[in-house]
Amino acid sequence: MNSNQNILVKLKQASFRINNKWLVKDVSLEIEKGRIVTLIGPNGSGKSTTAKIVLGIYKKIDGKVEKYTNKVGYVPQKISIDWTLPLRVRDFMVLTENLKEEAINDALSLTGVIHLKDKNLGDLSGGEFQRVLIARAISKKPELLVLDEPVQGVDFTGEIVLYKLIKKISDELNCGILLISHDLHTVMSATDHVVCLNGHVCCSGSPIEVAKNNEYKALFGEQASQILSRYEHRHDHIHTNEGEIKKN
Amino acid sequence: MLEDFFIRALIAGLGIAIVTGPLGCFVIWRRLSYFGDTLAHSALLGVTLAYTLEFNIAISVFIISSLIALILIDLQKRTNLPGDALLGLLAHSSLAVGLVVIGFLTFIRFDIMGLLFGDILAVTINDIFIIWIGGPLILIILKLIWKALFASTVNYELAEAEGLNPDRAKAIFTILMAGIIAISIKMVGLLLITGMLIIPAAMARNISSSPQMMVIYSVIGGLLSVILGLLTSLEFNTASGPSIIAAALFLFVLSLLKIKQSIKLKN
Repeated sequence: MNSNQNILVKLKQASFRINNKWLVKDVSLEIEKGRIVTLIGPNGSGKSTTAKIVLGIYKKIDGKVEKYTNKVGYVPQKISIDWTLPLRVRDFMVLTENLKEEAINDALSLTGVIHLKDKNLGDLSGGEFQRVLIARAISKKPELLVLDEPVQGVDFTGEIVLYKLIKKISDELNCGILLISHDLHTVMSATDHVVCLNGHVCCSGSPIEVAKNNEYKALFGEQASQILSRYEHRHDHIHTNEGEIKKN
Repeated sequence: MLEDFFIRALIAGLGIAIVTGPLGCFVIWRRLSYFGDTLAHSALLGVTLAYTLEFNIAISVFIISSLIALILIDLQKRTNLPGDALLGLLAHSSLAVGLVVIGFLTFIRFDIMGLLFGDILAVTINDIFIIWIGGPLILIILKLIWKALFASTVNYELAEAEGLNPDRAKAIFTILMAGIIAISIKMVGLLLITGMLIIPAAMARNISSSPQMMVIYSVIGGLLSVILGLLTSLEFNTASGPSIIAAALFLFVLSLLKIKQSIKLKN
């Protein structure tokens, strides 16, 4: 039974292997409505695998996977579209669910690519395509959003805007977000809960707790743990709408 | 005046073209042309079985083709052979077995050419019924699985993650392929059915910018091919299947002109 009404997905010591090689072992995590859970870890640490377990793409799981929603939006890490398909952005937007024109426009505007609506998907740049992917995932107003490195290839200013957007979506739609990111800086600033993976969960908790954790330091180096403190220093002020800087 | 047999062939052919249009698009998108060939070749076995047991050809072909598709899926799981090798194995062995069985059936006179390349004279009222009942049925089912099938064609994991059940859609699509082969074998012939699926869809790809458009052009291309092909067949007394496919090829070549133009425009 789901004791907590807000829980969308719950992994209990979930493990997955292919050909007797464990991709992840004993991963436990919870994704709740309105909260952002971020997975971090080095390459090959099982971040995408964990996401696919959450999504139900990988099925033969040891341990327990409890899922309480079917309204899912997914931005995969790698997506190769076969260009034998004539596919415009607007066709791609309604790939898994029929949407009203308005909903399509709203989502594309939010990620800043409304002008690409009638373009062929094959003609987009990497960053543009990534924005379309995010727009598609949020357009169906999902309860659970899984974002596997959603801003790869997006320019630096775009990256900041998109991460802000993700935070906003989590608040507005009250949806749970599972985010995978390499950018520790952003991760640490916009996340409620961090899970640090290295084949297994090496530590988890609030960003501050994780940054102080020794295993995390061992994995990412001393510098990485300072990101958070630097971040905290930097934001001892707020930017008002008028562009003024106010001290907290 | 047009002869009765010609009218029958026309009605049958148009019914087939409406179905091969959308199915053909998926054959191209999902790279299934060799798979289509394999199912079509296995149809010969279905035909011989139908003659031996005095059974309806379309139903018999449908059963055998579905069976071959199931065997293929099973072999894919069980062996480490690449997909195209398995397809070749099944295509040629079922064709061979079919021909060997025909050799044994000396008491029946077979029109092998008709089987391989289609025969408009052979189209009966009964066949028209099968085509116009089976065809729309195939289209309705395709419409029902469209979303899942199309989404998983674009990206399997996306479809799976967002709850569309792509595996089921794929299995149903395989059955639909067996279905179209079963209803069109008499008309187009088993060596050319895949052509009927691919060529109008390929023509449509050249002139379309969206999936819906490609499906519509593919149907139109198929209908035109049937009309053109059958008229040629009547005029020059050529086999119906090859005439239809040649007409489709003609349309494809025409569509290349459009590609050249749009590439010029881009530059």
